Amino acid sequence: MTHKKIFRIVTYTLLIAGLVVVMLPFWYMVVTSLKPQSFIFEMPPRLWPSQVTLKNYIVALNKDNFGLYFFNSLFVAVISTVMTVFVSSLLAYAFARLNFPGREVLFYLLMIGMMIPPVMLIIPQFIVAKHLKLLNKSIGLILVYVSMNLSMQTFLLRGVFKDIPRELEEAAIIDGANNWKIFLKVILPLSMPGLAVVTIFTFLYSWGEFPWAHVAMNDTAKRTLPIAIALFQSQHLTEWGQVFAASIVSMIPIVIVFVVFQRYFIQGVSMTGLKG
Amino acid sequence: MIKSKKSLRQIAIATLFILPGLLLFVTFVIGPMFYSFRISFYDWNIVKPEQSEWLGLDNFTRALADPIFRRAVLNTIIYAIVTVPGQMVIGLIIALLLNQDIQGRSFFRVAYYLPVITSWVIVSLLFEYMFSGQAGLINFFLRDVLHITTENILWLADPILAFVPIHLLGIWKGIGWTAVVYLAGLQAIPKHLYEAAEVDGAGPVKRLFSITLPLMRPTITFLLVVLTIGALNAYISNLLLTDGGNPLDLTHFVLTLMYEATFTKLDFGYGAAISYFLTTIVFIVSFIQMRLVRKKFEY
Repeated sequence: MTHKKIFRIVTYTLLIAGLVVVMLPFWYMVVTSLKPQSFIFEMPPRLWPSQVTLKNYIVALNKDNFGLYFFNSLFVAVISTVMTVFVSSLLAYAFARLNFPGREVLFYLLMIGMMIPPVMLIIPQFIVAKHLKLLNKSIGLILVYVSMNLSMQTFLLRGVFKDIPRELEEAAIIDGANNWKIFLKVILPLSMPGLAVVTIFTFLYSWGEFPWAHVAMNDTAKRTLPIAIALFQSQHLTEWGQVFAASIVSMIPIVIVFVVFQRYFIQGVSMTGLKG
Repeated sequence: MIKSKKSLRQIAIATLFILPGLLLFVTFVIGPMFYSFRISFYDWNIVKPEQSEWLGLDNFTRALADPIFRRAVLNTIIYAIVTVPGQMVIGLIIALLLNQDIQGRSFFRVAYYLPVITSWVIVSLLFEYMFSGQAGLINFFLRDVLHITTENILWLADPILAFVPIHLLGIWKGIGWTAVVYLAGLQAIPKHLYEAAEVDGAGPVKRLFSITLPLMRPTITFLLVVLTIGALNAYISNLLLTDGGNPLDLTHFVLTLMYEATFTKLDFGYGAAISYFLTTIVFIVSFIQMRLVRKKFEY
């Protein structure tokens, strides 16, 4: 055998070994969600269910209200994403293309947002939200999610907008377009990959966010999935089948989003070092 | 006159573009940052803020003298010392493996990335179940397959062993992201450098240490700083696996302690002081790292 061949075999062996380590917990989660409750603590634990049932899914989605929490999450994540894309592209356009006094200062102020540990802000955000009567409301989650994402996404989009050749705008200006028209008709359509990156990251963040939702949302009917799953587990310590059934259902949107937009996603990570 | 009219118009337009974002940012990010600083000097009364009692630096000195806080700082630092190099080394290996001409590359990339996009809540519960003391998969593996132990290990009942699942989870969840960032760095290295080194008779190990790592210095610095900040901010895994501090408040991270002080004991001033300590540590550590890495690779 040649040197190269051995090298290839070692490469594939290591990659597949790594794959097993990474995927095994997910596999075990799927298998557990399909087991009847009496098999949850079976010994030896099986990696292939001896009896398959969808009962955990049916109970989780109906009786345990995870269907409702799924829609709460979807509502919060979609609105947060749309708002973040809109508000941060407005900001990014101003920083990339408009001239106004204090532009640099404002931009650096915004960039501080990338350095603050997010959980540090939870206490004062709670107090602010309380004063503004935003606690226990979906809008309270949405406004904080948008705010927490603004710095990073504006930074990213400002870079994207700056790369658009000015000649394309000049043609529109000659046609009598104002800034708003240029923004809508020239800048945004030419920045689709960048906007896709912002969309994916904000959606993932809003879908999985836990610390803020955990303190700001006590109303049972308005819970999002992460808090609903965590609280369900702490109240039903042994019903792992239902916990994992709910978890798997909650993973479906992000896996779809991820697989569909994989190309932009990897590009976004490489471009900005954004954390998923 | 005409010029100033024009610049006024420009300011007006810019304001319209900036206002929505700025309003949100000031209300929910910058404002809270300063507000939190103020709270940390008070015995803050959440119901009647005007009755809050000024304490000066008491909240800060109290934290420094508190053995639970000190233990939490130690736990957090150990978590960073274990999980950051863990992610960086394993992530680098995966990136090097994936950076070759192999089949199924994007499949591997998606698979390794799955833990990254999964919510911390879900993966924390998953690890709790796998490390369960009753009949967990890990105990079964150690006892019946490897025969390392004869009895089930109660991971989460022990203040030291509880960190095994927490540390493993931290590494497991982060390697996909780390690998993707490395991959971007690797792809920026010109191919001809490797070809030249190969002609000179440099083996793969030599090439790794004399070409790849030195040229990836910016990527390595970036990862070191970002992963360390992330590790110091770790919170959800600990909160769910140990209920924040169990047993005996020995397993806290700084943030689980902050959470407990604030939202369980309603001691907002103390919680705010703790969060400012953490922020200070984060800034100092990232500053030192950026300097150290710069020095180490300069020749």
